[in-house]
Amino acid sequence: MDQHRAPVHEALQTFKTMRVVPFDVPGHKRGKGNPELLDFLGEKCLAVDVNSMKPLDNLCHPTGVIREAELLAADAFGAADAFFMVGGTTSSVQAMILSAVARNDKIILPRNVHRSVINALILCGATPVYINPQTHEQLGISLGMRLEDVKQTVLQNPDAKAILINNPTYYGICSNLAEITALAHAHGMLVLADEAHGTHFYFGENLPLSAMAAGADMAAVSMHKSGGSLTQSSLLLCGTGVNSAYVRQVINLAQTTSGSYLLMASLDISRRNLALHGRQTFNAVTRLTDYARTEINQIGDYYAYGSDLINGDSIFNFDVTKLSVNTLNVGLAGIEVYDLLRDEYDIQIEFGDLGNFLAYISLGDNQKNIERLISALSEIRRIYKKDKASLMKHEYINPQVLMPPQQAFYAPKRSVALEDSVGSVCCDFVMCYPPGIPILAPGERVTGDIVDYIRYAKEKGCSLTGSEDMAVNRLNIWKEGD
Amino acid sequence: MELWYSEKHTENVELSIRVNRQLYSAQSEFQRIDVFESPEFGRFLTLDGFMMLTERDEFIYHEMMAHVPLAVHPDPKTILVIGAGDGGVLRELGKYPGIERMDLVEIDPQVVAVCKEFLPQTACGFDDPRVRVYHQDGLKFVRACADEYDLIIVDSTDPFGPGEGLFTKEFYGNCFKALKADGLMINQHESPFYEADALAMKRAHARIVKSFPISRVYQAHIPTYPSGHWLFGFSSKKYHPIRDLKSAQWKALGIQTRYYNTNLHRGAFYLPNYVESILKECEDDE
Repeated sequence: MDQHRAPVHEALQTFKTMRVVPFDVPGHKRGKGNPELLDFLGEKCLAVDVNSMKPLDNLCHPTGVIREAELLAADAFGAADAFFMVGGTTSSVQAMILSAVARNDKIILPRNVHRSVINALILCGATPVYINPQTHEQLGISLGMRLEDVKQTVLQNPDAKAILINNPTYYGICSNLAEITALAHAHGMLVLADEAHGTHFYFGENLPLSAMAAGADMAAVSMHKSGGSLTQSSLLLCGTGVNSAYVRQVINLAQTTSGSYLLMASLDISRRNLALHGRQTFNAVTRLTDYARTEINQIGDYYAYGSDLINGDSIFNFDVTKLSVNTLNVGLAGIEVYDLLRDEYDIQIEFGDLGNFLAYISLGDNQKNIERLISALSEIRRIYKKDKASLMKHEYINPQVLMPPQQAFYAPKRSVALEDSVGSVCCDFVMCYPPGIPILAPGERVTGDIVDYIRYAKEKGCSLTGSEDMAVNRLNIWKEGD
Repeated sequence: MELWYSEKHTENVELSIRVNRQLYSAQSEFQRIDVFESPEFGRFLTLDGFMMLTERDEFIYHEMMAHVPLAVHPDPKTILVIGAGDGGVLRELGKYPGIERMDLVEIDPQVVAVCKEFLPQTACGFDDPRVRVYHQDGLKFVRACADEYDLIIVDSTDPFGPGEGLFTKEFYGNCFKALKADGLMINQHESPFYEADALAMKRAHARIVKSFPISRVYQAHIPTYPSGHWLFGFSSKKYHPIRDLKSAQWKALGIQTRYYNTNLHRGAFYLPNYVESILKECEDDE
């Protein structure tokens, strides 16, 4: 296929020259009805904030330029089919899971999944079977799934319908995608990849294997992260093993009928750019990140890790475009460095946890800004260095799933104080950042260990989110007997 | 036919200089470089269209950057100059026999080459055997230095474009680290007059104040720079720009200057009220 084409973009360009008189929505009518918004976003932007119409196709039932653009995307990513998504990669992940499993089906997944995965289980009623993602002792970050653990879990749960894999994690860690895919397929299970942080795997050189190349069945790809498209735009990719017409039906269950052409055009233009220039782009990103890693490691005390972490199993591969840095020997938490960079040096990075921070390096970066980041880190060490900080212990707590998340979420429940919840079935979701791993999902038993961990995490300054009581002093538990 | 070079000083103000001919124009890896010849200002260099120096008035800028710190520091031996690819600052520094080493860090080698070809009046500064030239990012260069220089002179372009990193807190902090315990830093400090320049000047001052125990500002009159009123930063770990001025010692050197003298040195630190109040605002925020 001709990857120089961008059908949605081209159709919008043509549409602008037609000077069509709008008696349809949106009511701002190319911005004329909202001068302040027009002034803020500009005419170029509002002129293409338009509604579905014949020459521009319709995202819910695409037969024209959107369909052409989706097929070009499928071709570029080596997929059998692709869908333009406008509800973020959360919508891609949810559509992927809702397509693969139904009520009471089992799905195997690492515990460090994105919250959108567990929310999808609440929507569809499937039962999760979790795998311990291992924790790196020195860095305190969760890793990938060990092949042996996946094997065990598959043998113990031969009735599972699918396996979900993070490719890669937020920190850039990859599991053995090819072997896990082969194993899953040998047992008749679908392979779903959360590639929210892996768009570039499809285009760069010497990067970890992409899901489609590994033969996975579906992948949720955050084009708006490393792919360069607008925030909230995403792709859902399908392999040959899934019925993509059914996937489209599932997507339409929750997708807007007013898909934004700004988002769709951004997907179209970005896909073209990636297909034509992706290799050079990500080679440049890799060079910048490698340079930054070397320089940061020379400052002293900081540990910018990379391929040196690879252990052939729970860290099968590492995404070298990720600039993840451990800060414990500087005596500062990652989150402290994150705050200092923003408050003192006008530098905003992606996130900081207790022992690490991540600076996101992308196709929009240049050498000049990298020098600023490195120099600021050097200054932070010179001015703020303290004694080595002790690492918070992240003991992995094996979740006891007593009922599917959906059943627990909708069950009759009552709110109790945290300490009174031990032994009961949790109806809330409790997420802990760092390390970005769910502590409790609906349907799981609250144990003494879990309550202790929640208290400990709070003391250590972790952010706990997801439960109805936002301070997590109380939990909703299953009201037995009702 | 009339040929004019025009630079917008604001959206609503322009400076135009009649040009006889254009001597050079090229896009380097970092910026567009042009050299013109004019009846009023002689030859002049622009980067990305912004005036850098003219043969007619460059002496003011270069003398004020070099002689002010050197009349204060009692015994400067090692000097780092960042930017200044035209060689003008080096030419002034070259007048001091006591200096042992002048390191110049200019990111763009093409600027140096062009100045050597078309602006010998300033580029003669490169002929001094004490000069060592490094073509790399200034921010990166100072990061690797500690306790090494008596004086750092930051002759940067405006804070948009290649010079941006030289207006940051991390840069000033790294300069502090690169200086010896009694070291000084001089920087091009923008202008207080037009709003956009004043904002850059405020931001720079606020960041320097946080990095050095003594940070003062002085001024000069430079006809071809926006508003003509230009500021310089004097940041120091130990010496005060006026109390530690060594007038007699400096005069004894017998250095020829056209703009600078030690009376003007003192006067340059006495600023208009509106400038004082802008600076005070930044300092109070501290």
